[in-house]
Order: sequence, then C-alpha cells, then structure tokens
Amino acid sequence: MSGDMNRRGFIAAGAALAGLTLAPGIRLIEIASAKPDNEPVTSKVRWGLLIDTTRCQSGCTECVAACGKENGLGEVKKPRTDAQWIRKIDLKELKTGRAVSLPMMCQHCANPPCVDVCPTGASFKRADGIVLVDRHICIGCRYCMMACPYKARSFVHEPHSDQNPEVPRGQGCVEGCTLCVHRVDRGGAPACVEACAAAGHNAMLFGDLNDPESAIAKRIREVKTTQVRADLKLDLGVRYEGI
Amino acid sequence: MASSASYVETQSRTGAFWGLLALGGLFMLAAFAAFLHFEHSGHVVTGMDNQIVWGLPHVFAVFLIVAASGVLNVASIGSVFGKPAYKARAPLSGLLALAMMAGGLAVLAADLGRPDRLVVAMTHFNFKSIFALNMMFYSGFFAIVAAYLVTLMDRSLAGYNKVLGFLAFFWRLALTTATGSIFGFLVARSAYGSALMAPMFIIYSFAYGLAAFLIVQGSMYAWNNLKLDEGILARMKNLLAVFVGAALYFTAVMHLTSLYFARQTDYERFLLLDGGIYTAAFWLGQVLIGGILPLVLLFAPGATQTRVIAASVLVVLGGLAQMFVTIVGGQAFPLEIFPGYAISSSFQDGIVNAYSPVIGEFALGFGGIALAFLITVVAVRVLRFLPQDDFAALKAED
Repeated sequence: MSGDMNRRGFIAAGAALAGLTLAPGIRLIEIASAKPDNEPVTSKVRWGLLIDTTRCQSGCTECVAACGKENGLGEVKKPRTDAQWIRKIDLKELKTGRAVSLPMMCQHCANPPCVDVCPTGASFKRADGIVLVDRHICIGCRYCMMACPYKARSFVHEPHSDQNPEVPRGQGCVEGCTLCVHRVDRGGAPACVEACAAAGHNAMLFGDLNDPESAIAKRIREVKTTQVRADLKLDLGVRYEGI
Repeated sequence: MASSASYVETQSRTGAFWGLLALGGLFMLAAFAAFLHFEHSGHVVTGMDNQIVWGLPHVFAVFLIVAASGVLNVASIGSVFGKPAYKARAPLSGLLALAMMAGGLAVLAADLGRPDRLVVAMTHFNFKSIFALNMMFYSGFFAIVAAYLVTLMDRSLAGYNKVLGFLAFFWRLALTTATGSIFGFLVARSAYGSALMAPMFIIYSFAYGLAAFLIVQGSMYAWNNLKLDEGILARMKNLLAVFVGAALYFTAVMHLTSLYFARQTDYERFLLLDGGIYTAAFWLGQVLIGGILPLVLLFAPGATQTRVIAASVLVVLGGLAQMFVTIVGGQAFPLEIFPGYAISSSFQDGIVNAYSPVIGEFALGFGGIALAFLITVVAVRVLRFLPQDDFAALKAED
C-alpha cells in the first residue's frame, strides 16, 4: 500500500515538474491529482455530479455557455438541430406550483440504455463511470437517442468548424456530455462546474462517488438526493438535491 | 413443357417492360439525389431533428422490412404447412421477401448519419444490442431465403426444400420479433417499452406481407391477361381478412392495456384524442383505411380480383400509417423526465415535437419501394416466378 502511494507520489511529482516546465499556466493542484496517460482508468473511481437545485437560479445559463465554449459547441442558434450537451430546465410542480430550475445533461448511468442499444459498441461506459461515444465507430443510427430517458444526446446535424482539438466532433455522429473527460483526466473538473462556482452559485459539485472522503460523497450521505427517473434503476452518476 | 402443371410463359411486351424499369429508375434516381443531399449537407436539411430522430425514411424502411418477413408467409404455408395452392406461390413469395428486405435496408442505410461506415456496422457488434441482432437476422434472412429459392427452382436440390422452408419460417419469426423489440426495448418512452410490440409486429407483418403479395400477384396476372382461380382467390382473401382482423385485435389490446396503467394514460389521450395528425393517422389511417375498410371489401359477397387488390392497397396504406403513428408519433409525444412537473427548456422539453418531412425524405422512402419494385420486375422477367397452379393437386386437397 505504502509502495503504491510512493509510486503515485513520484508520478505526481514528476508530472508536476513536467507541467511546470512545459506549461507554466496549468494549476499545480490539477497536475498533482492527474491520472498519468499511460495508466488505464479504474473502476475504483466513479465520477459523479451533485446539483443543488436550491442554489441553481432560473434564467442563469453560465453552465450551458461554459459547456458550449469548452467543447466547441458554440451558442445554440438552431434549438431544434444544434447540439445541446447541457440545458437548463425549468420545472413547476403541477400540484403545488413550486418552481425549480436545474441543469440537465448525460446522467452517466451505471446501466446506460444508450450503451445497451448501440449496435456497434460506439456508446460505451468507461471504468470510471463516464459514458462516452466513440466517434470512430458511431454510424449515426440514433438508436441511443431513442433509448436515452433524459434526452441527453444530440446528433451533429451539419458540418461545423472551430473545433476544440481536445473534443473532436463529426457530422453524422451522436454526442453528449463527456463530463469534460479531457479535463477530468488531467485532474480538473467539468467546465460547467467551474463556471457555476465562478458565478458564485456553487450549485454543482463534482467528485468521486466511490471515495467516502470526497466532498460529493459526504454531501450525499448528509442530505437527501434524487436520481431522476429512479424507477428505471439506472444508477445515475448525477444526483439532484432539492427536487 | 412436358409437365402436369400448366405452365404459362410470361408475355414479352418489351416496350412496357422498359417503361416499368424507367419508372422505377426515376424513383431510384430521386432517392439517390436525396441521399447525396443529406449526406453532403447533414440531416439539418431534413425535417428530422434532435427530438424526432427517426422520420419518414424509418417509416418506409421498417414497413418494408416487416412486410418482407410477412410476404414469406405465403411460401411457409406451402413448404411448412404443405398447402399446394401456396406452394405454387413460394418462388414469388421468396423473391418479394428478398426484394422488399433489400429496399428497406437500403433506406435504413441511406438515412444513417454515417452511411460510409456501413462496414463498421458489419464488423463491430454489440451483442447486447437488439439493433445488432437485427442486422444479423437481416443478413441471415438473405442467405436462407436465397438458398430456399434455389431449392425451389433447381429440382436436383428439391430435397433440401422442406428443411430450408422450416428454417426460413422460424428465422422470419425471430426476425420480426427482433424488429418489434427495437421499440419494445425502449423503456423510457411512453409509446414503447411493451413486450406486446414483438408479437404485434409479427401479426402486422402477416397482413402487410400478404397484402403486398396479393398486389404483385394480381398485377402479374393482369399483365399476362390471366385470371386467378376463384377458389385460390377466395382462400387468400380470407387469409388476409384473418390477418387484418388479428392486427386490429392486437392494436386494441395494446391500447387497452396502456389505458389501464395510470402512467400511460397521458400518451393514450394524446394518441387517441388530441394528437392532431397522429390521432388522424391512427383512426383514419391505421384503423379505418388499414383495418375496417379492407375487412368490408374482403367480406362483402362476390369477391373479385380487383376488389381484393383494392383491399390489399388499403392494408399497405394503413400499414404505412401505422408505422408513422408508432415511429414518429411515439417520438412526438414529450418524453416524461420529471413526472408530476410542468417542464420547459431550450431543448423542446414538455412540448409535442413538430415534424415536417421534406420532399427528400419522401423520395428516400419511395426509393426503397422502387428498389424492391425493380428487383421484382427484372427477376420476374428473366426467371419463372409466375405462380403455376397444379389444379389436380388443389382438387385433391379440397
């Protein structure tokens, strides 16, 4: 165990040094907890999000804008056909009239229907719980969009330019929230979470659901959280507080 | 021909034959143009969007695939259940099955986001996916039905005919079960997620397939100035009526069970009462045109060939309406993500999704029918597919 820790510490220190040398702009804390590229992701980690709807404000779209910028989606100009990896939903309880606002994105199910139905295996779940689309083998059949209970996936309806090199996209493929996997693998947090915090709302908490000491795991132990359409028993990575 | 069966050579009518080819070719050309347009510009130029992800091309494609498996029933009744009147129709039945399956699959492939990756779809399989299983069933269908056709046409291989007939029969049942399950396995959407989808699709396939067969058979007889034996006509029209009645029964049971579950009542209200075009397509298209009217035509005394063909055309139109209701209507109804809440967003949550197909989508769908048509016309021209009735055997059966 201690040998393992030493090795991890050594790699982290090495990565930090490399980071300092190569990219002075990167924050040290990200490098310190980053997973080295040559190590596979592990199921010891289960990445998740906790969204506190009592802090989420109706009309605020900071998370949506940050997602669009980070992933090269741009602004939504054609709501019917543009990709929307994250969207703000306004809810009103029919009986009481209580209003709730929340962001909705891929819920990163442990038992994802999109992965079950995908004919080629392009829809897949990483060991750490992040549900992704392999853009190399997606044939654009859109069966995953039919199967997703959360409408979390978008189809790339037209050619586009200005891609973020870290987030390749292609016309004719299906895509959805990656939990900013490129940032997570560097030890960072999803862009929406950072934007929400930067706006002072702090409605989104990102972390390892499997680590009992993580802030997200502690919070989920303390307060009642909800999985959307829990009746489907998909074991979601995204939880909501206050609905 | 030195045989007890009364063979009839199809008449040449070369000019008319080329006319048919040209007609089919025109539709194929339009479909190809639509395909290139969608492929180049992306699906943004279609009526489909992130809410209605499967549109008219799927309506036509799934209809053709379901009808393809159903049309093979005629051969099965002959080979598996040993009825001579149907045995004589087995080659045409097999041919139509192959032609319609090819047409349906072509439309399905042309509507993919990445049709260039068809090879990927054939080399990467997720065995948990009912869609992947369907692809295997479709490929197997071609192989089995083609082999079955060979045993029908090459007398030296006639010994294998019965075995392949059985195999084809069970294969097509499995295939339609899998096709129905594409919708049956969608747990989250109110319109789908029912085990009834699979047997219901099988019954639909019986009706659509036999209707397609009767249309083609009637056209071939008319083309050759032949008159179909009245006994055979009466039998086949009664069978069609049974299938149409069974399809109506399954549809009724499906909606009655849905009405019983509180969580499904909103969708049923939408479909049966206030769904606009989907309500109209259901009651007028699927039930009236595709069900009640054909039954009236088929059961009214003094059935004629023309009336049976008219009833069959109505069944096909009703079938397309049913696919429209099932596929597009099921997506138009808003996905219920937060039951008990009114919901709104920039992603059309909580509203009935609009769908206005563009002409290219129609072209793609009709292209599938045109492909099936062309394959049939050419095959019928070069090989013997016109049903040859052995009336002595038929009499013996009666």
